[in-house]
Amino acid sequence: MRVSTKYAPRKAVDGQPLSCSTETTLNAEQHLDLYRYLKLTRLVEERLVNLYRQTKVVGGVFRSLGQEATAVGTAYALQPQDFITPLIRDLGAVLVKGIRPREIFAQYMAKAWGPSGGKDLNIHFGDMQKGFIGPISHLGDMIPVMTGILLGARMQKKKFVAVAYIGDGGMSTGAFHEGLNFAAVQRLPLIVVAEHNHYAYSTPTSLQTAVRDLAEKAAGYGIPSHIVDGNDVVACYEVTKQAADYARRGGGAVLIEAKTYRRKGHAEHDDQRYVGEGEIEWWEKNNDPLDRYERYLLECNHATKEKLEEIDATVLREIDEDCAWAESSPMPEGEQAAYGVFENTIVPPAFRPKVLEN
Amino acid sequence: MSTAVKKEHKSARPERGGQATLVEAIRQGIWEEMERDPTVFVIGEDVGAYGGAFKVTDGLIDQFGKERVVDTPISEGAIVGAACGAALMGMRPVAEFQFIDFISAGFDLLTNYAAKCRYRWGAGIPAVFRGPCGSGVRSGPFHSLNAESFFLNTAGLKIVEPSTAYDAKGLIKAAIRDPDPVLFFEHKKLYRLPRLREELPSDDYIVEIGKARVARAGRDLSIITFGAPVLTALDAAEELEKEGLDVEVIDLRTLAPLDKAAILASVKKTSRAILLHESSRTGGIGGEIAALIAEEAFEWLDAPVIRVASIDTPVPYSPPLEDYYLPQTKDVVDAARKLAAY
Repeated sequence: MRVSTKYAPRKAVDGQPLSCSTETTLNAEQHLDLYRYLKLTRLVEERLVNLYRQTKVVGGVFRSLGQEATAVGTAYALQPQDFITPLIRDLGAVLVKGIRPREIFAQYMAKAWGPSGGKDLNIHFGDMQKGFIGPISHLGDMIPVMTGILLGARMQKKKFVAVAYIGDGGMSTGAFHEGLNFAAVQRLPLIVVAEHNHYAYSTPTSLQTAVRDLAEKAAGYGIPSHIVDGNDVVACYEVTKQAADYARRGGGAVLIEAKTYRRKGHAEHDDQRYVGEGEIEWWEKNNDPLDRYERYLLECNHATKEKLEEIDATVLREIDEDCAWAESSPMPEGEQAAYGVFENTIVPPAFRPKVLEN
Repeated sequence: MSTAVKKEHKSARPERGGQATLVEAIRQGIWEEMERDPTVFVIGEDVGAYGGAFKVTDGLIDQFGKERVVDTPISEGAIVGAACGAALMGMRPVAEFQFIDFISAGFDLLTNYAAKCRYRWGAGIPAVFRGPCGSGVRSGPFHSLNAESFFLNTAGLKIVEPSTAYDAKGLIKAAIRDPDPVLFFEHKKLYRLPRLREELPSDDYIVEIGKARVARAGRDLSIITFGAPVLTALDAAEELEKEGLDVEVIDLRTLAPLDKAAILASVKKTSRAILLHESSRTGGIGGEIAALIAEEAFEWLDAPVIRVASIDTPVPYSPPLEDYYLPQTKDVVDAARKLAAY
């Protein structure tokens, strides 16, 4: 199977700053929609960092700064009935699937009104109606789970495709291999988006795998693959659309490697001491997905500066409202911890034996 | 030149009820549930044309097709993960581990995904994970496991192990209908044991998960056990009866959630308890039950609570070694005599 490099990263021409692919089927409205999601993702994360610094976030904050285009562009290529299972750095995909920022804020702040009622963190939840299956911390596990979603759907004669996200680190797990191998054998319409963002926590990709491109791994499963510039949101959209069409036609699983870069540490506490001098700054200056898309929109006359500022204001308003809503939520009652292990049951207070009650 | 001749093999639909061994009872149960509910399907290694290593799924593929009898790669992670995903879609997978020993390769997805999904975001995983467990059949360290201890400390998994054909059928049906993940352990020594052949009702019945059974009523001493050791306990009880000792045998049937009421009722009646199991002594379910009795029935006890279990080694292969490893009827009888005289 050939690795398609049609959408792979290109060197800048004559020192021109990078823009986005101009060959696209996106219409005017979609162009602006994509911008809105990119901006929403970045600003929701920035708000989360503020909340974290105010100690309102109970756990860690995981940023996708510098790689937002991969999550947004790939998820935007899907249809409403399609499914995704993101990684922690795919907030953009979650928002594209219709999860509201308020749910994300409430989750991070461990609030009662969050979708998991304070039982789990960040994007660790799901919404079957919206086709969103949240991840767990064990990387790779969601690949076989999503394979099962598609297997179940096929038995029910439901037609949709799914995107499962993985990273250069997560691809080293056994679960990734087992899930993708099974999906390939069953010819299930699973699109695996492998985000090559250079670091798994602190470990560089060279210590994860001996392949040069993650896309090469597709050959081991007998499935086609693409390399895409993960910081070009238009390219991410187009390549996923093609993969989804192929999967929908019955072609089976597809692997997409998105080349991108993680500009923040694993989480907010990570000081990134393992990153080479000037590396982050280079990506920030020369290859920021939002800068590139904004430049593209303006250069191609898809939007005016005023229009983009108008969108920014709307996004900020939504974030303010949703954040206020989440902050107004109470924390969960402690005894809620005992509910929900099984359907309609409460776990007995086993740590208080009866003998102590008399 | 040789011509490949494909053996004509079509297994008939099992009787609804009638005389059945434990393995036939489970096959009946799965078959009937697949007929009753189109969302029930089977997934595992060699479960299709071959009918499973122990023939539990024999004939299903002819009746229900390969869409509902899914042969997988050798890939327990894929089996468990795919079962979870399909269950989220509203299907009811019955996933087979060829031997329960291989459940270790699916451990992560079972304990982290299947077990925690409902608790985390309210999405139940109505899946059954079943397979042959147990030692005493000269199968060595990798085909003899009793796996319950690995999972008892994981909230969110129900654990079931029958010791009669009637219970096996009723419990597999209950497990398939359960809204949460159920680990269903089948002792392979019991599969075709003539002693367990019995007449099953022809009507649709289930055995409720979470309820123990009094396998033999008695006044003097309780043996609390499950699976194949139920037979060991019954044999011991018969021998002890000759000495005038009236032994009660409790067959737990469900290990999680544990039927505490049944355990405590029996101990309060007899005031003496032996906890008998095939898995190794340390960290086994016996310790948990002993603690329960100590916490909630201390005043009723007339003797220490005793664990009779396997020694803390892997399961050895050679018959003299495995016999030494496993608790034998004689060990139970000796323990009972000592407790009675305490």
